[in-house]
Amino acid sequence: MRTTRRQFLKTASAAALLPMPAIAQGAGPKVVVIGGGFAGASAARFIKKGNPQIGVTLVEANPTFTACPFSNLVIGGLRDLRAQQFGYDKIAASGVTVAIQPATGVDAQGRSVTLGNGSKLSYDRLVMAPGVDLRWDALPGYTEREADVMPHAWKAGEQTLLLRSQLESMADGGTVIISAPANPFRCPPGPYERASLIAHYLKTRKPKSKVIILDAKDAFSKQRAFQQAWQQLYPDHLEWVSLSKGGKVNSVDASTKTLKTDFSDFKADVANIVPPQRAAAIAQIAGVADRTGWCPIDPVTFESKLVPNIHVVGDAGIMGGMPKSAFSANSQAKVCAAAVTALLAGQTPVEPRLINTCYSVVAPDYGITVAGVYRPKDGVLADVEGAGGVSPLDAPRENRALEAQFADGWFKTITGEVFG
Amino acid sequence: MDATRIIVAAAIALASASVAHAADAPPGAASCSGCHAASASVQTPVPPLNGRPAADTVSQMAEFKSGARKGTIMDRIAKGFTEDETRAIATWYEQQK
Repeated sequence: MRTTRRQFLKTASAAALLPMPAIAQGAGPKVVVIGGGFAGASAARFIKKGNPQIGVTLVEANPTFTACPFSNLVIGGLRDLRAQQFGYDKIAASGVTVAIQPATGVDAQGRSVTLGNGSKLSYDRLVMAPGVDLRWDALPGYTEREADVMPHAWKAGEQTLLLRSQLESMADGGTVIISAPANPFRCPPGPYERASLIAHYLKTRKPKSKVIILDAKDAFSKQRAFQQAWQQLYPDHLEWVSLSKGGKVNSVDASTKTLKTDFSDFKADVANIVPPQRAAAIAQIAGVADRTGWCPIDPVTFESKLVPNIHVVGDAGIMGGMPKSAFSANSQAKVCAAAVTALLAGQTPVEPRLINTCYSVVAPDYGITVAGVYRPKDGVLADVEGAGGVSPLDAPRENRALEAQFADGWFKTITGEVFG
Repeated sequence: MDATRIIVAAAIALASASVAHAADAPPGAASCSGCHAASASVQTPVPPLNGRPAADTVSQMAEFKSGARKGTIMDRIAKGFTEDETRAIATWYEQQK
């Protein structure tokens, strides 16, 4: 059964040599994918797999992808950054054309994408997976320049290593401060996993030191499971200051590494600022982002609600109940790929079901998860009621160890599927 | 005559195409491979689904859903799928190599 479609395509192109010149020329439908992260790379690969006759071009600015999931382990000194890095060779070998160029323009009317080198790619359908931009206009005192002093480390790579090296140079007895933004932002449990693994580093290497989270929220992802773990593992090394306790950072001063809230100034030895975010600039250029800065989509096809023939997957989208995670991005991309393949064949995409699974590593032998199952409802991706949720508080300790092992398995599996 | 033959061939090809789509992954199935590796070369403690007998997957999912089998995370995910949805996914995975 699985070879039927490939046989069909072979048969169709052989049988139709003369009367159907479009197929005879091998000029199948064209899809361009912008962004080579978990969402975009998955979409490109699965569209090509779904119908090898579709010409798929993946546009990505960087030749090497550095994964954000597990990059908190790099910050905590538990993992090498190289374990986070992947190339596009296998994707190219699967038949996808990989263009290592930034996408600089989208002409939605003329259906073409302009690249940094000035060349244009035409498309029948465009999949945008541009990820997020950090907002350099949202937190007074914090622009790209200050990120050299107070790293965000919210895009993995040099910033990850900078934060790690600042932790390594900090004297014992120092204070590390993480500023966490209001929702929505990439990787909702990320600041709390990061605080956990920094606390782990401090507890084992610099026990007189402490990490403080200053938060613009009163609630966060996997909150009770994190707080239970912190009480057990890091009672003297980690403190969370909520919005209502004065945690919202209003401005920063990089020259003194000071974070200012309504009530007081916090002086840090190491400051990690996770700034507010929005869909990356190319989404605004294409017109698929709305006034919130994010991209509304149809929950069956992931087609933009603002611009036809453009689909949006991953962190840039407004995905209803689905959080901005790598698992969500990969899950959405596979559904979007099937929808794009169906639409290009003149068929109606089926109503999907999606899953998100998100692991947080609190310590090397302590993992927790949040999971959800989603379906289209009233025009958005809604939680299937009764399913999903966070690792239960009364789960036995061995489950935490198992979840840490499964986290490692998840990373290998998803990066294998996308880049391997 | 050639034209007729081509039209017939095209009609057969189209019929096969719709059959091929019937064999596409049922709703929900695409997400599973985020954790259950499709490639045997990935080293993970999470068991593969490809080629696994559908009856086995269906009964495991039912046990996760009822709570008869304790999981770390599958108990929470299994609750999001009806028996029919689970069976369709399990049947599809059985056919994957």
